[in-house]
Amino acid sequence: MIPEIGHYALILALCVAFVQGTVPVYGAAVGNPRLMALAIPAARSQFFLVLIAFGCLAYAFFMNDFSVLYVAATSNSQLPLHYRLAAIWGAHEGSLLLWTFILTMWMFAVTVFSSHLPAAMRARILGVMGLVSVGFLLFMLSVSNPFERLIPAAVEGRDLNPLLQDPGMVLHPPMLYMGYVGFSVAFAFALAALLGGNLDAAWARWSRPWTTVAWCFLTIGIALGSGWAYYELGWGGWWFWDPVENASFMPWLAGTALVHSLAVTDKRGGFKVWTVLLAIMTFSLSLLGTFLVRSGVLTSVHAFATDPKRGLFILSFLAVVIGGSLALYAWRAPRVGLGGGFAPVSRESFLLANNVMLIAATGAVLLGTLYPLFLDALDLGKISVGPPYFDSVFVPLITPVLFLMGIGPLAQWKKAEVPALAKRVRWAAGVSVATALILPLVLGEWTPLLSLGFLLASWIVSTAIVSVREQLAHMTGGGLIGRLGRLPRSYWGMLLAHGGIAIFVIGVTMVKGFETEQDVRMNVGDTAVVGGYVFRFDGVQNVKGPNYTAVRGTFHVSRAGRDLTVLYPEKRRYLAQNQVMTEAAIDSGLVRDLYVSLGEPLEDGAWSVRLYHKPFVNWIWGGCLVMAVGGVLAVSDRRYRPAWRREPQMVPAGAQLVGR
Amino acid sequence: MNRFLLPLTIFGIIVGFLAVGLTLNPREIPSPLIGKAAPAFSLPQLHDESKTFSLDETKGQVWLLNFWASWCSGCRTEHPVLMDLARSGEVPIYGMDYKDQRGDALAWLDRWGNPYQVVAVDASGRVGIDYGVYGVPETYVIDKQGVIRYKQIGPLDEETVAKKILPLVKELQAQ
Repeated sequence: MIPEIGHYALILALCVAFVQGTVPVYGAAVGNPRLMALAIPAARSQFFLVLIAFGCLAYAFFMNDFSVLYVAATSNSQLPLHYRLAAIWGAHEGSLLLWTFILTMWMFAVTVFSSHLPAAMRARILGVMGLVSVGFLLFMLSVSNPFERLIPAAVEGRDLNPLLQDPGMVLHPPMLYMGYVGFSVAFAFALAALLGGNLDAAWARWSRPWTTVAWCFLTIGIALGSGWAYYELGWGGWWFWDPVENASFMPWLAGTALVHSLAVTDKRGGFKVWTVLLAIMTFSLSLLGTFLVRSGVLTSVHAFATDPKRGLFILSFLAVVIGGSLALYAWRAPRVGLGGGFAPVSRESFLLANNVMLIAATGAVLLGTLYPLFLDALDLGKISVGPPYFDSVFVPLITPVLFLMGIGPLAQWKKAEVPALAKRVRWAAGVSVATALILPLVLGEWTPLLSLGFLLASWIVSTAIVSVREQLAHMTGGGLIGRLGRLPRSYWGMLLAHGGIAIFVIGVTMVKGFETEQDVRMNVGDTAVVGGYVFRFDGVQNVKGPNYTAVRGTFHVSRAGRDLTVLYPEKRRYLAQNQVMTEAAIDSGLVRDLYVSLGEPLEDGAWSVRLYHKPFVNWIWGGCLVMAVGGVLAVSDRRYRPAWRREPQMVPAGAQLVGR
Repeated sequence: MNRFLLPLTIFGIIVGFLAVGLTLNPREIPSPLIGKAAPAFSLPQLHDESKTFSLDETKGQVWLLNFWASWCSGCRTEHPVLMDLARSGEVPIYGMDYKDQRGDALAWLDRWGNPYQVVAVDASGRVGIDYGVYGVPETYVIDKQGVIRYKQIGPLDEETVAKKILPLVKELQAQ
């Protein structure tokens, strides 16, 4: 009964979504306020209907209702409760429901925080989101119904894939989807502006916080996925350039470009057409990712089980949504006109260059991801594109972006003078070059890539310091702390996000340059030395978990005769699917991780063991976290708070006019 | 051309490729063994350990070599297809019991039926390595001269048998 309620709620939600996608948009076109006003109740009721559906599926998992096919396929009565609930998004159908649920959450948020928007704008935004929702609800109800019954019911469920039985997996998909789907708001804003023909600075100011929030979620989502791969797959890598990873990385790159382009449109009224295109592209890449993961057109380690009918549906949906919006763009964008002009050297030009490079990088990732498919479709053979391609293409494309990141915030809007700019950054440049030359030598090895990494990281940090110093110099009165406190939060947010990139770059540089690993055969009592740490293997014992049995190894780690820690890597056998999983043991630290994973048992109680010493690896994810915190800080800036908006603008009128 | 149409054009091309991609199988990996002589082997038979089965015994006929095991769930999936094919008498099927226990394998065949003319036992998986077996089940079509003509990775289904295997077998038998 409960699953049928969920199913029924989805059908109702589809009807509501259809009304929401048509009536308010029509109302906005003919200027009928009553039709436009329908958007808000429609969006809210859609949210509640999908919430009911989501709750029904959660209940089926909670009760171990194996008469629901999806529950029987992805859960098991022995599975601990938190993983049973995470299993809701453990496979295709449920994760689609999560996608749709998050889409309606964003819609609901738009209805709450859009009271300052013109009614027509709001009707169009919610209308566009409603149409996106129609597609996903139709997809679910036609070929991916999570509430499909299994009659007679299964006695026991097939269990959640053991790879996904992990805390990282509980959070990774919701965060990632919050990001993907969050970009639908920026997308809807862009389409609404194209439809209404009012692309102006106000439009950019309204879409900025939504875009930044989505970007923060996506950043965290990707970082969680990467961290999960690191400790769950058992071979110590954190990024594999797998098609599915790329599918999440492309919207991130395009979204990063969008965040910066929106800043120009907001502050200077420029880049309007480009910003609209980026908003469409970012969400399109999110949709493309959904297609790639679920259609089976590419081989990937973590693609969903596939079905050609689903592939065809999503492809048609992509063609309609993306094709339709790009056609609208081609039709309406020529009339938008250009923003304020700017000199070849100015903050605008730096941001434009940053945008172009980011999009080029996105294109390079897209090309590498789809290249095997292109060749196969043209019957030119089967190939796979791996990390060598991505590493060699991506690093040169992203290096100039990181360089511009330092200098962009220092340049004036509209026109900057090269000699003056050079003078302001000279000590930052000096410090960076010195760090790049000397630091690798101090650490024991000089390679071009190490040097480049340190150059970029110290460039970002030192230019940020220059920027703060100059900001403080322009302020009068108050102590140092008081003056720091008066800098706007959006400014701190930007610095923090850029600092996150620097932290990330340091992490990548250190891991790539100095990690050591050993694949060794160890008898009980044997020791192995990795990165100066001594690992002693003290044998294995059998342990039992809630739904698995495991062999647990014991490793004593010491350094220079001092005991540091004991690590317990496991080799688990999950009972329901009889699948063996490697559970690495990691001693995490600020400046290094020690990582042990059990390989295969050999004769006489010996094991093959993989040992890693990974310096600064946590800085990779720490950097992502700092970036996201920076984004949150920027969004909390007072200029975005509706309560303050009703007061007269604090910005002098003159400053506003320059941008137009 | 209107530069504002450029994104739509690029997108159209990508959609075209994706549509073609939907009809392809990225997991289908061409085997380097196709067109080469099947690697020779001589292994004990499952039903009678004292007898052996070797590649030479199949010379002069078109036949299927099916790698399977009692522990493999994909083999269970394709089993009814093999049974139908065996009943049709179109082509002889020889089994290769791969890294399996003799007792388990015999019980499995008793329970689900035996589509094979002869089953050889590759307990160590050596022959599997020679044939480049990724995982069971895998099926090879071998012609009268002992040359591998086709390789199926993963379970056979009715469609593959009707559209690929049987036409190929007929063509090879006519040679």
